[in-house]
Amino acid sequence: MRTTIRQRRIAEVALTIAAPVILLLIWEILSRTKTINPLFWPPPSSLWDTAKTLWIKNDLWGDIRVSLGRILAGFVVGSVPGIALGLLMGLFWPVRVFFMPLAAAIYAVPKIAILPLVIIALGIGEASKIAIVALSIFFLVALSTMSGVLELDATYRDVASNLGASRWELFWTVALPGALPAIFTGLRLALGFALIVIVGTEFLAADQGIGHMIWQNYQTLRIRQMFVGLIITGIMGWALTLCLDGIARLVMPWRSTHR
Amino acid sequence: MAARDLSFSSASTPAIVSSIGTQAKNGAASRSVLPGASVEARGVGRRFETARGPVDACRDIDLDVPAGSFTVIVGPSGCGKSTFLRMLAGLDHPTSGTLTLADGRGGAPSNAMVFQGRSLFPWLTLRQNVAYGLKLHGVPRKERGEQADALLATVGLHAFRRAYPHQVSEGMRQRVAIARALAVDPDLLLMDEPFGALDEQTRFLLQEELLRIWDASRKTVVFVTHSIDEAIVLADRIVIMSAQPGTIRATVDVPFARPRALMDVRSDPAFTALFTEIWAMVREEVTAARMAQEASMAR
Repeated sequence: MRTTIRQRRIAEVALTIAAPVILLLIWEILSRTKTINPLFWPPPSSLWDTAKTLWIKNDLWGDIRVSLGRILAGFVVGSVPGIALGLLMGLFWPVRVFFMPLAAAIYAVPKIAILPLVIIALGIGEASKIAIVALSIFFLVALSTMSGVLELDATYRDVASNLGASRWELFWTVALPGALPAIFTGLRLALGFALIVIVGTEFLAADQGIGHMIWQNYQTLRIRQMFVGLIITGIMGWALTLCLDGIARLVMPWRSTHR
Repeated sequence: MAARDLSFSSASTPAIVSSIGTQAKNGAASRSVLPGASVEARGVGRRFETARGPVDACRDIDLDVPAGSFTVIVGPSGCGKSTFLRMLAGLDHPTSGTLTLADGRGGAPSNAMVFQGRSLFPWLTLRQNVAYGLKLHGVPRKERGEQADALLATVGLHAFRRAYPHQVSEGMRQRVAIARALAVDPDLLLMDEPFGALDEQTRFLLQEELLRIWDASRKTVVFVTHSIDEAIVLADRIVIMSAQPGTIRATVDVPFARPRALMDVRSDPAFTALFTEIWAMVREEVTAARMAQEASMAR
């Protein structure tokens, strides 16, 4: 029994690593055999040195740090009120009816489209970067939180009120913990949105950050450097998701004991 | 040996003392003797406004629940027995009639309800679930932990106190739900088909366990079930409700002495007689309910 579980674990890790490794390997072979133009598709093995140079000479870490900072700040500024609004929308129907059309309409707009508006309102500085990330995830988080509350079994509410819970206690002890799984589903999606939006924003209106770095290098046809930026963006998304999953396990211990 | 624990409380009287709303005398007498919560319902009804017009879940309910008694309500599905229980719990309110709850000390009684189905908070451990009501009442952390542990020990689940609800069986979860209700030491314990989702063996064991716990406190209990067997083994008095709109069809006193050995109760000839008698009434109501439903479907 134990060996089966262990073998399964090993298989899982192997398979997780396999997909990117195979992809890189194919790319490497095609590039080295010049099946694809190595000028535009440099072999991945050559990117390591490019990355090192970038790190030392071009402050690559600075770009990563700036982008991460914007994502995290925007994420907090957008998701905390998003969760609060979502809980209220789930608990009280007038709040839900009032905000629903707005949420549904804004949810459908490609977030990068409101960048000019945000810049007009907040200027070209950091505030607008954080704001665009926050705005693009706010309703997404609110809507998934709301659905989490709505799908919660009505019995839990009855139990709480029967034992004397006030509205406030209902909010903290039933709606919030009950909606947590849905909240984290929303946050995971929001993380993807945040990454897309920040890279897009940095393409257009920034003088620092990983998006800016990718765009700069593309415009000067430094393809290798551009690829390093792309790969780092991928790694950032992956690492942030891992962090979020870690937080989810901490906040919802009852979930990780499943199976 | 088998029937030693059994004696008839009111020796030769028929099992049915009263029907439709005239059962007050016994109740009034015992109320002055025993402390605890009592319930007095007069013409209680609950009407729901729906898109297809008003629907009466229950109406004209006259009922006295004496302090310290174990009352079981049986009736067909959808007869409004859960609605009535929710009104007793204060989760719903009558749209007609008066419902008076007294704690025997001149105040309003506290109550706690054990709900049917899944009612434990999945995000809390068993101990945290039991302590939940105490937390709301402002009991300090250490104290409520100790009380929760003691109650979990009473229902035999102390070893599982750190588990989450999904890690234990349905029967264990219902034991915790009972412990959670008892934790706030309610004057009135309300139980809405708490064993409805359990297999028969587990259900029989939990009935014995419930009576054991109840014998120690003799709180006033109102228990809703659709199982006649369960009603007879648990109750001092059984209230039989009619099909929708639910009203009281009859009240039956259960003669078995306490504390009860449920095996003995079930093997007693009086049990069979009671069962047959009650089933005859419930059967009529279930048939009526089904015909009403079929008629409304055909319309």
